[in-house]
Amino acid sequence: MPTDNATRPRVGLFATCLMNLFRPNVGFAAARLLEDAGCSVEVPQAQTCCGQPGYNSGDFEAARALARQLIEVFEGYDYVVGPSGSCMATLRHDYPKLLADDPAWRARAEALAAKSHELLSFLTDVRGVRSVPTRYAGTVTYHDSCSSMRGLGVEAQPRLLLGSVAGLSLAEMADREVCCGFGGSFCVKYPAISGRLAGDKTAAVAASGADTLLGGDLGCLLHLAGKLRRDGQPVKIFHTAEVLAGMADGPGIGGEA
Amino acid sequence: MQVNSPNFKAKAEAALTDPQLREALGKTRIMFVNKRAELAAALPEFEHLRDEARDRKNHILAHLDHYLERFDEAVTRAGGKVHWCADAAEARRVILDICRRVEAKSITKGKSMVSEEIGLNEALEAEGYRVLETDLGEYIIQLAHEPPSHIIAPAAHKTQEQVADLFHAAHGGPRKTTVAELVTEARLVLRDEYFRADVGITGGNFLVAETGSTVIVTNEGNGDLTQTLARVHIVTSGIERIVPTLEDVSLFLRILARSATGQETETYTTFSTGPRRPGDPDGPEEFHVVLVDNGRSGMLGGPFQDMLRCIRCGACMNHCPVYGAVGGHAYGWVYPGPMGAVLTPLFVGLDATRDLPNACTLNGRCQSVCPVRIPLPELLRELRHQQHQQGLRPPAERRALATWRFVAERPRLYQFANRVAARALKGLGGDAGRLRSLPFAEGWTAFRDLPAPEGLTFLELWQARHPGKR
Repeated sequence: MPTDNATRPRVGLFATCLMNLFRPNVGFAAARLLEDAGCSVEVPQAQTCCGQPGYNSGDFEAARALARQLIEVFEGYDYVVGPSGSCMATLRHDYPKLLADDPAWRARAEALAAKSHELLSFLTDVRGVRSVPTRYAGTVTYHDSCSSMRGLGVEAQPRLLLGSVAGLSLAEMADREVCCGFGGSFCVKYPAISGRLAGDKTAAVAASGADTLLGGDLGCLLHLAGKLRRDGQPVKIFHTAEVLAGMADGPGIGGEA
Repeated sequence: MQVNSPNFKAKAEAALTDPQLREALGKTRIMFVNKRAELAAALPEFEHLRDEARDRKNHILAHLDHYLERFDEAVTRAGGKVHWCADAAEARRVILDICRRVEAKSITKGKSMVSEEIGLNEALEAEGYRVLETDLGEYIIQLAHEPPSHIIAPAAHKTQEQVADLFHAAHGGPRKTTVAELVTEARLVLRDEYFRADVGITGGNFLVAETGSTVIVTNEGNGDLTQTLARVHIVTSGIERIVPTLEDVSLFLRILARSATGQETETYTTFSTGPRRPGDPDGPEEFHVVLVDNGRSGMLGGPFQDMLRCIRCGACMNHCPVYGAVGGHAYGWVYPGPMGAVLTPLFVGLDATRDLPNACTLNGRCQSVCPVRIPLPELLRELRHQQHQQGLRPPAERRALATWRFVAERPRLYQFANRVAARALKGLGGDAGRLRSLPFAEGWTAFRDLPAPEGLTFLELWQARHPGKR
């Protein structure tokens, strides 16, 4: 990997709302992984939300306003990378659609979309990372978030990197292509349905025999951690980046079981 | 059919606590999902066929008027008649007129979702006709006086035990329990009715413009008996079910059965072209096609045109986690699941169906299995957009969105608000690192704990560790 600052790509790290508020450790893990992959990482302080809550609630005008704001903040970087399939799918897929009718902004949205990446797929597909020099003692199961798996095709990448972690064994859960029931504001608009789907997913987690649940989207993970803790299931929960960066030594998401 | 969609939430919550429904839905889902996956994997060109089907449908929709007129001409040439019906009321009137004219008493019906859509059974029964559903699933729900809960498996919400009870109550005699016994009993009851029927009504999976044929696919053969043995055959179908040629039928048949029931082909694929000709050993004396628009042409050229590609296979609902949890009745009208959550607001109005586009996690699995690649999540999001624009969202939600936007458009305020929230929630979480309940967040905490934040935000921690750097 190049070490000369001049040749390092400048990566603007997108601090997703949930990461910024609930789990800064994921942000630092992402920064470490990016730096180890030869990137220079910056975190613009003017960033806020990508606008997805507005987009998915039908408030396209609000989503457009935040899309324009985020483009202005991040378009100067070589890449925009975030530890979330959901937010990064918004940048990659939704911004060009949202701003399609605005000739000036459409090109900027497309340019940003082309250099925006979910963290793990960026590491493997853009930076060519094949392994991480890390150890984690445990059996983990990996939750594919719908936005990562179906939205961005992120499925093999986390498994490739997790496979290189010493001491870690992967136990896949059943029905991994089924949604966990988080769904953004869906989880509070339809809590009973969301709770049922969470229960189905945590049952699959338990049946996998894993002691640790990993995933690439904090929305799903907070939702599933909340359900696992409510039900008293002794499973640790981390974002995949925390394990890959060797930063999963503290309490997991939702605290100790 | 009556619209019950405003009760989505209450019905969904009741459904979640119904153990028999859970058992029935679990079986249906696993059967359909696994079989579809097996067959899709076994056909190397399956994904290519989906592309081809999507493109062919798009072509048809771009020339819908042309193909419908060719179809009308071909049906007329074959001795049948096409009735163009703008809405449900006109379709009912046309069918009632036919039944009256031919002095019908008894009517048999193959499965037709369009007949549900236009409320045909109620209209016929109100006029004193005896109407009997001959599709096993439709027969079951007719006995139960319930609407269908699935577009290809209308009784998907019923367990075998519940069906045994219904049959026992309706047919008398010893209570049958095995599938074979139950099916045999239904066949015996239905067999005489086919011969007694004056009018046989079926749906139409495809309408073939070049030949004037209508096509149905069934697994029971009930549709064949319904349309062949009655004096008069009436086909009810939506205008979007037209295909130009028999070649097209073969393309769509290859994806329909695989997507719907996970079969290479359904047991019966039946083509009807006009009434009985001189020398034919059987067949109806009259052949009518009731072409129903009922809002479809209004979808052409607009943001929802893609929905008109739908071939009614049911794969979207089979793969929908919400449908799998609450079943079809919660959706409150004819079409449940993802395709229903798009169609119902368009057919019966946005106001009475506010929950439907929102009761979806936008997980995209429906789109990933749709044989004609309808972007269902995008269409649902567009419906949310229209709800928002028309002021149909609850005031609390509008306020929350407005507040969120106000804060998110102001980076300093956003950071400040997050710092306050991170500290407050960390404090409330205490040593456990999670909250069991939180005022104004019962939507979250009723069913799960809320993991507590670490206490400081990422942005402030980053700035503290990288002074001078952005």
